[in-house]
Amino acid sequence: MTMALPSSSIGRAARRRLGAEIAPSIAYWFATPSIILLVGTMLLPIVVMIAMSFTDYELGALDFSFVGFDNYLSLWGDKTFWRSLVNTAYYVALVVPASVIIGLVLAVMVNGLKRGRKFYQIAFFLPVTSTLIAMATVWKYLLHGKIGPVNHLFTAIGLPSMEFFGDPSLVMPALAIIGVWSLAGFNMVLFTAGLTAIPQELYEASAVDGIDNPIERFFTVTLPMLGPTTMFVIITTSITAFKVFDTVAVLTRGGPQGASDVLLYVNYLEGFQYMRIGLASAITVVFLGIILLLSLVQAKVLERKVHY
Amino acid sequence: MLRPGSFLVRAGLTPGQIAMHVFLLACAFAMLFPFYWMVVTAFRPSQEVFSPTFHWLPQTFVGFDNFREAFAKAPLLRFMANGVIICAGILAVQLLTAIPCAYALAKYEFRGRNLLFALVLFALCVPVQVPALPLYMGLAFTGTLDSYFSLMLPFFLSVFAIFLFRQVFRSFPDDIIHAARLDGMGEMEILWRVVVPSAGPAIAAFAVFSITAHWNDLYWPLIVVTSPELAPPPLGMMYFSDTDLGSSFGALMAAATLLTAPLMILFLFAQRHFVQGVTMTGVK
Repeated sequence: MTMALPSSSIGRAARRRLGAEIAPSIAYWFATPSIILLVGTMLLPIVVMIAMSFTDYELGALDFSFVGFDNYLSLWGDKTFWRSLVNTAYYVALVVPASVIIGLVLAVMVNGLKRGRKFYQIAFFLPVTSTLIAMATVWKYLLHGKIGPVNHLFTAIGLPSMEFFGDPSLVMPALAIIGVWSLAGFNMVLFTAGLTAIPQELYEASAVDGIDNPIERFFTVTLPMLGPTTMFVIITTSITAFKVFDTVAVLTRGGPQGASDVLLYVNYLEGFQYMRIGLASAITVVFLGIILLLSLVQAKVLERKVHY
Repeated sequence: MLRPGSFLVRAGLTPGQIAMHVFLLACAFAMLFPFYWMVVTAFRPSQEVFSPTFHWLPQTFVGFDNFREAFAKAPLLRFMANGVIICAGILAVQLLTAIPCAYALAKYEFRGRNLLFALVLFALCVPVQVPALPLYMGLAFTGTLDSYFSLMLPFFLSVFAIFLFRQVFRSFPDDIIHAARLDGMGEMEILWRVVVPSAGPAIAAFAVFSITAHWNDLYWPLIVVTSPELAPPPLGMMYFSDTDLGSSFGALMAAATLLTAPLMILFLFAQRHFVQGVTMTGVK
């Protein structure tokens, strides 16, 4: 800034942004509505939630007392809680690799097309924008044990028909199929952005080096260059998959026999159905911890991506 | 090298390209099949739905019978109107609060700026399920549960919008702001009449992102809404499938078609903004 006034203090002269010349009160006015909302609907509730996880409060109760770590201890010994953690981890382990690999393959192939890219991008992204609850009911029908087309296909090729939502060992894979379907197109778009950032010269250089086979080219140029994007997509997908709730709430309600109890669904039942606020808060703290851990990894990846 | 004279090559149809099209068409078929099945079933008579044989198309034509049945069973238009009201209300408040805050973070120096931005980054990681319990209790104690306000409250602040717009505003040239100031424009006027119009694409991308997220949200409406006449589309769909278990797949699919159609249409028209919204930061 060349307009520094003679009267400006040293601190002010050091500031280079234009806005520094304006009294900061206007900045506070601009930020105030957001700050009020940030504190009122986010920060304060989080503090209250953490505090409540140390109480035995139940909604509607007149009275509560601090119980220290009792809620956490009872979670530690609670079968349903552990089952929900394991089920959620299982869901993540099924959804993340499948949706990341499908997203990557689709992005690379669509990007390699000379014509029709737009058509495929729209087709593959459509599930992402669809109302998952509505489509979940469609999927329930598609995977129906007797009248579902998927089982029609199975019987046509000589496989036994499967009761996806009635069999404890099949219910998580069935939910995972829906999850992959709804996420693959999202990942494809992220990978497409990563692909367009790869300099064309690298491909030309690899051609000079005699790499003509597209598959070889994919493994020697494309995939290494997509490394940071891939890490980012994996973590973003993990966070989304970890938050699985909708399909469970609509299709299975944790059943059959608790085989699809996931963390957020159990949390929802404890807090909003059984009204055990203290215990539900403890589950939420665990949930928040895991989400923050994943976000931390994501931030580290993004940092690397910038330096890349 | 390719033979430049060949018509097929000019049309982009080398064997490799054809193979990729075949593969991708198969994938597109698999991805789009649920939509196809939903729409086709919405036009099937119920005895066909329960027949054990597979047919691509309805064998007897029932017209819009299933849609009529769906409308008779549940106030679908009400659900959609609720979706519009909620999405519009949320988006309006989000833009009105996030834009000035983002501008302050991008262009002003003030005490606590770094702290505020750090809090925004923190909040960016926190899903609505985390503050949900205390928010619910607050609404319960003030007697405001089961209202449009309660449906919108947790989403009035979009830290994602603040983050996104801050990025956009940072690249706005300081010289133009300065020139506007010399012309005697106030800070508020500069923001809304000079800076914001230049951020059109980012605002459109965010709008599409926000509308999609809140049209499709189930978790929060499920918690705060008890009267069906306030239900947004996903909750309405849930009521519908609960009351209707198995008896009429045709009507269920008709309802699903209707409730998911508005976003599909929005997507097909604003496709560019959707993709931009995803790639701008990659945060869902």
